[in-house]
Amino acid sequence: MIDIILAIISTIGVLSILFASIGILRMPDFYLRLSVTVKASTLGVGLLLICAAIMFPDVSVTTKAIAIIFFLIITAPIAAHMIGRAAYFTGTPLWKDTVIDELEGMYNEETHELESEEDEAEKNQSTDRNIAKTEEETE
Amino acid sequence: MIKYFLMNLLLSAIWVALTGSMYYTNFLFGFMLGFFVLWIMNRNELDQRYFYRVPKIISFIFYFLYQVIKANIQVAFDVVTPKYFFKPGIVRYPLNASTDFEINLLSTMLSLTPGTLIIDISDDKKTIYIHVMYLTDPETFVRQTKTGLERRLLAILR
Repeated sequence: MIDIILAIISTIGVLSILFASIGILRMPDFYLRLSVTVKASTLGVGLLLICAAIMFPDVSVTTKAIAIIFFLIITAPIAAHMIGRAAYFTGTPLWKDTVIDELEGMYNEETHELESEEDEAEKNQSTDRNIAKTEEETE
Repeated sequence: MIKYFLMNLLLSAIWVALTGSMYYTNFLFGFMLGFFVLWIMNRNELDQRYFYRVPKIISFIFYFLYQVIKANIQVAFDVVTPKYFFKPGIVRYPLNASTDFEINLLSTMLSLTPGTLIIDISDDKKTIYIHVMYLTDPETFVRQTKTGLERRLLAILR
């Protein structure tokens, strides 16, 4: 009984890591790649660690697995946030089919402060749009 | 609030010591038992918040896991099929959460849900900017997140 549960959980974990790695290849722009990779790998590694914790009836293995999952959940979103922010600062273009970009022109160009209201930001509106026009620009 | 939690931990530690098996399912069972005992003992007390909050936290964990798995299946389907179904976009999201801890937890939850990625938070801590993969309409996305994830999270924290 417990073997079947373990098989199901570890299969889901491995599949999500596999889809994340296919996603790195197939996604059209940087933000979508980041978006696909970080979450799926967190879920996959977490599920595999849970499997290891159930498999070995040992307190030290369980506590280590819980600690690793805890630190993974704390650190992975922050890493994704910082990478995404740095990418937006340096002007990495969005995909050409991007629907809306409400962050556009909200940064103060000199101080890098971010405004929360639209009318405050209008005075430092930048002219160039960050969304790519053609397929080649995102490559 | 914190007093009840410490008492609950103490009761479960006593349960673990008496039964003698240091396995985590035994600890969880002792925690449930201690929660039940505390609930019966404090039926006439005025401060009942702890006993509402623990079931809310457990239901929130299950709700969050359900959301993560559902969104993961959607993203995985989109990755393996040849056509792209997504409509990405960056949305401005006005925050109800006010303290740093609430904002931190909310953005962690949002970042862990597939399809949404926090790009940045404004300097006055009133809005966050989210990169969404499946964006039909910015207003519907903001409304769904407000009534779903943020309301449940703030109900636990406040």
